[in-house]
Amino acid sequence: MPAVVAQQKSLVLILARELASNIATPMFILDRDGMLVYYNEPAEAVAGKPFSSVGEISATEWGDSYSPRAADGSEVDLLSLPPGVALLKRKAAHGKLRITLHDGSEREIEITAFPLFAHHDEFVGAVAIFWDANGKG
Amino acid sequence: MRARVWGCRGSLAAPGPDTVRYGGNTSCVEVRTSDGTIIVLDAGTGIRALGLQLESENVRSVHLFLSHLHLDHLQGLGFFAPLFNPDVEVHIWGPRSTVRSLAERIGTYLSPPLFPVRLSQIPARLSFHDVSEDGWDVGGARVVAMPVSHPDSTVGYRIEDGGRVLAYIPDHEPSLGVDIRTIEPDWISGHALAAGADVLLHDAQYDDNEYPLRIGWGHSCLEHVLAFGQIADVKRLVLFHHDPLHTDAVLDELSARAHAQWNGTGALDMAFEGMEIDLSTELEGAHSELADADR
Repeated sequence: MPAVVAQQKSLVLILARELASNIATPMFILDRDGMLVYYNEPAEAVAGKPFSSVGEISATEWGDSYSPRAADGSEVDLLSLPPGVALLKRKAAHGKLRITLHDGSEREIEITAFPLFAHHDEFVGAVAIFWDANGKG
Repeated sequence: MRARVWGCRGSLAAPGPDTVRYGGNTSCVEVRTSDGTIIVLDAGTGIRALGLQLESENVRSVHLFLSHLHLDHLQGLGFFAPLFNPDVEVHIWGPRSTVRSLAERIGTYLSPPLFPVRLSQIPARLSFHDVSEDGWDVGGARVVAMPVSHPDSTVGYRIEDGGRVLAYIPDHEPSLGVDIRTIEPDWISGHALAAGADVLLHDAQYDDNEYPLRIGWGHSCLEHVLAFGQIADVKRLVLFHHDPLHTDAVLDELSARAHAQWNGTGALDMAFEGMEIDLSTELEGAHSELADADR
């Protein structure tokens, strides 16, 4: 008999994934440890490949792969970007930046990120939504 | 560990000549662990008759586990005889709220004008506990509760005693917006509670053709609960929380269809009032032949 309860994602993350699976906006889900645990199909245009072929990776490793820069091209601290703020400071954040896509092209995007709390004292992760800064969605 | 179903109807009690075999009382399941500890799962209208039984046995301690506070799981609490005995201690466990305590939320129902007796006037020795995903011990049993997909704060329970596991997820819509057959089990609501359980009592409120008009209401249809039970690899799946519109005849039809569609390796049963499950001695469809003598 199973003596130990199997590992499971927080219900809040599960519900966030259900939302992500049903919307047209690129959406990324991070767990409380900073792992990128899911992104939806619209986000594949940013990520370059489906999540199923990437699997769970650390948010910093994932972020680095896009060489994010400020809108004026200057370097930025990864942790100061909206997903980092949502994870580390547990506050909502919004910002505009430039990224390099998997095909080498550059794109200006906006990111909205916010923390997820199951209870006021139970932080379970964060959501990051990507917007095309030129209004292409 | 033994369990007895005192109510398996969902949403609203449905007494009458069309529901006599499966029963019309709402959710309530009695569990007796191997050391005799009494656990009551939910306080639907079925708890009234259970309370009388416990009083006749002079029971002095009860642990009541509430899955959530929708009325069909709470309505019988004010009629639970042990509450009116000052010699009885009742531990009430329920899901956390982000705002109000469990006692405050239950007190909303047990107070005028909804009920004539206030919670503070209950003679029994009451104590309230928020459930924990980390688990806790009740008698010789280990209990884990986890939030599950259903409107408002709702949990399911996993009770392990003597190497046997009973899982109870009476109100649950794990397939909301997702095909659970295509995702990893750790992303499925309730999976950790049910995984490998010897017995799973699970929401099966709707027929498949009823579900499209009730998406997001927090319940499962036949196809979804069968998929959930199969993925969780339970040894016995008990379909629970029958819709109040489903008569005995309808439930017989659903039962036949469920058995035809069931691809799991374990047994499959429809819950009915009076159903007894003895996890310590048998696991294969025990007492599943609903009132054979009645048919």
